[in-house]
Amino acid sequence: MAAIQRRKFDTLIIGAGGGGLRAALKLSDADASVAVVSKVFPTRSHTVAAQGGMNAALANVLPDNWHWHMFDTIKGSDYLGDQDAIEYMCRAAPKAVYELEHFGVPFSRLDNGKIYQRPFGGQSQNFGGDQAARTCAAADRTGHAILHSLYQQNIRARTHFFDEYFSVDLLKNDEGHVLGALIFNIHDGQPIIIEAKTTLLATGGAGQLYRTTTNAMINTGDGLGMALRAGVPLQDMEFFQFHPTGIAGRGMLITEGARGEGGYLVNGDGERLMERYAPKAKDLASRDVVSRAIATEIREGRGCGPNKDYVMLKLDHLGEAVIQKRLPGIRQTCMTFLGIDPAEAAIPVFPTAHYTMGGIPTNRNGQVVMPVKDTPEEVIEGLYAAGECACVSVHGANRLGGNSLLDILVFGRAAANHIIDYLKENRYHRSMDEASVNKAMARFQRWDKKAEDGGESVSALRDELKAVMEQHCGVFRNDEVLKEGVQKIEQLAERLKEATIGDHSDTFNTARVEALELENLMACGLATMHSACARRESRGAHSRIDYPERDDKNWMRHSLYSFESGLDYKPVRTKPVSVDSFPPKPRVY
Amino acid sequence: MSEQNEISASQLRWRCRRGMLELDMLLNAYVEMEYDNLSAEDKALFLKLLDYQDQELLGFLLEKKEPSDVTISALITKIRSICNSKFNCMKAIE
Repeated sequence: MAAIQRRKFDTLIIGAGGGGLRAALKLSDADASVAVVSKVFPTRSHTVAAQGGMNAALANVLPDNWHWHMFDTIKGSDYLGDQDAIEYMCRAAPKAVYELEHFGVPFSRLDNGKIYQRPFGGQSQNFGGDQAARTCAAADRTGHAILHSLYQQNIRARTHFFDEYFSVDLLKNDEGHVLGALIFNIHDGQPIIIEAKTTLLATGGAGQLYRTTTNAMINTGDGLGMALRAGVPLQDMEFFQFHPTGIAGRGMLITEGARGEGGYLVNGDGERLMERYAPKAKDLASRDVVSRAIATEIREGRGCGPNKDYVMLKLDHLGEAVIQKRLPGIRQTCMTFLGIDPAEAAIPVFPTAHYTMGGIPTNRNGQVVMPVKDTPEEVIEGLYAAGECACVSVHGANRLGGNSLLDILVFGRAAANHIIDYLKENRYHRSMDEASVNKAMARFQRWDKKAEDGGESVSALRDELKAVMEQHCGVFRNDEVLKEGVQKIEQLAERLKEATIGDHSDTFNTARVEALELENLMACGLATMHSACARRESRGAHSRIDYPERDDKNWMRHSLYSFESGLDYKPVRTKPVSVDSFPPKPRVY
Repeated sequence: MSEQNEISASQLRWRCRRGMLELDMLLNAYVEMEYDNLSAEDKALFLKLLDYQDQELLGFLLEKKEPSDVTISALITKIRSICNSKFNCMKAIE
């Protein structure tokens, strides 16, 4: 085989969503040579789907300050968020917004010319007082506007893009320094070694782990899989945010606004199910309560449809005029993806996986950290992570709306700042370890194995994985369900080792890409299932029927799952940078 | 055109990977159900459609916006019709 092409850069960034592009821009503007590798064209990254907005205590509409934002984020995290990182993020938020404005993001305005801010759930004034208005938005396309502005700025700053290249694995030397990655060109299947003094993972979340998800097909946890295979543990993977009302079998969100307008859920017996689970709030109970109620109804055989695997959201009693005026987007989505007009018929719904709170553990500089001997957070030299694939942890057990765009921008920038300093002190590439290259190449070439050897198909295994995750690690969790899930996913992981693909061509071999993606998803699934099975409490998005209470004494700690050591734990960083700690309190709204 | 004549199903399928689930589903449904029936011109036109930005494409496909290009507009109508037959029945929910 011909020698593998090699390219050298100061920094390799894997992923071209908001986190990756924010870091790339800062680095390119500082005259670092930056390669951004993305499996799709950068402006097709999942950041484009973020509609809500970005939190910052600008106080343009109502009184606000970063300290209240910090309190809300810690409370929202169910006290699992690291308070130093949360303080850093909330203090940095206004600057992050103004920077975006200078990059060309057209934030919606108030009549006085200031940036408009809308109220969102979980926002308060005065540490739990009146509703705050903290979310800055560019109409309903904030993520799109941010992504496009950052991409254009990166073109100006001459960032080098590898579009439609897939990253296989990180490359390391004997001392554990990360020195780049093996990637390949999806167009022609040719591998390239990117040698980099620093590598930033910014690959987004892993929503494709679940059968019903709001996430795009690209969200396959690629960076998370790469980290695990490089010996880095994943943190708090049991915390996956579900939205209660996704379109069943499809995944798209039906916003809470539909229930806010008077919509309600019914089971297969035609009963209004929420009356039994939340007699007062009924259909407007919090997301986790509604999600669990739907899952319970289905598990107990009261679902709707031929397989009794969804419930119905009724809006038809509201009348066509109200639906068209208040919920036009939902009406169009239902008509397109279900052929159902919600003004005439009920919508089949099921909880849909939305956001990966866990991820690659980092400190607030974006440096990836892991326990080494007695040190819980030893820095891995040369490796950084930012955005949904990282776990700083600012979202803890539950993310607040408007904090995800903020997270990617603040920590994309923070990682770049640290990398700039690192590059000043590490001016030369370290020599590449060929054993690491060979290992990555072996993974890449493993899929050349021919189908006549009788391996299972990748797509069938992917469907099984999603079903196992949904049934055993969705919103309904108890010891029995999770233990069975652990067994099933361990078996699936073994079977994947023998799977084969039918296409062995080099040109746009999407079968190979999907196989590599499934390996990443399987890694995420293992981490998620094991971490969820072990955590015997209910906190934020992790809700156990058999352990319904939060247990701060035993479980106010981060989970770490690695292939090498299984589960480990580390303490939550409860000490902020400059202010007093917020001690845990019951999370009631 | 010669290069476009050779556009493979997998190349189109990869270009249908977008930042939004809705687009993934609609665009992939079109490729899965129609690729074998597409002429070289159809494939080239579809590739042209895929060059639009995600938000714009979603606006077209969910009928929030009308494309100014009539050939694109006709393609959108065709995609919507094909997706109707794929998605618009309760039986399709697995």
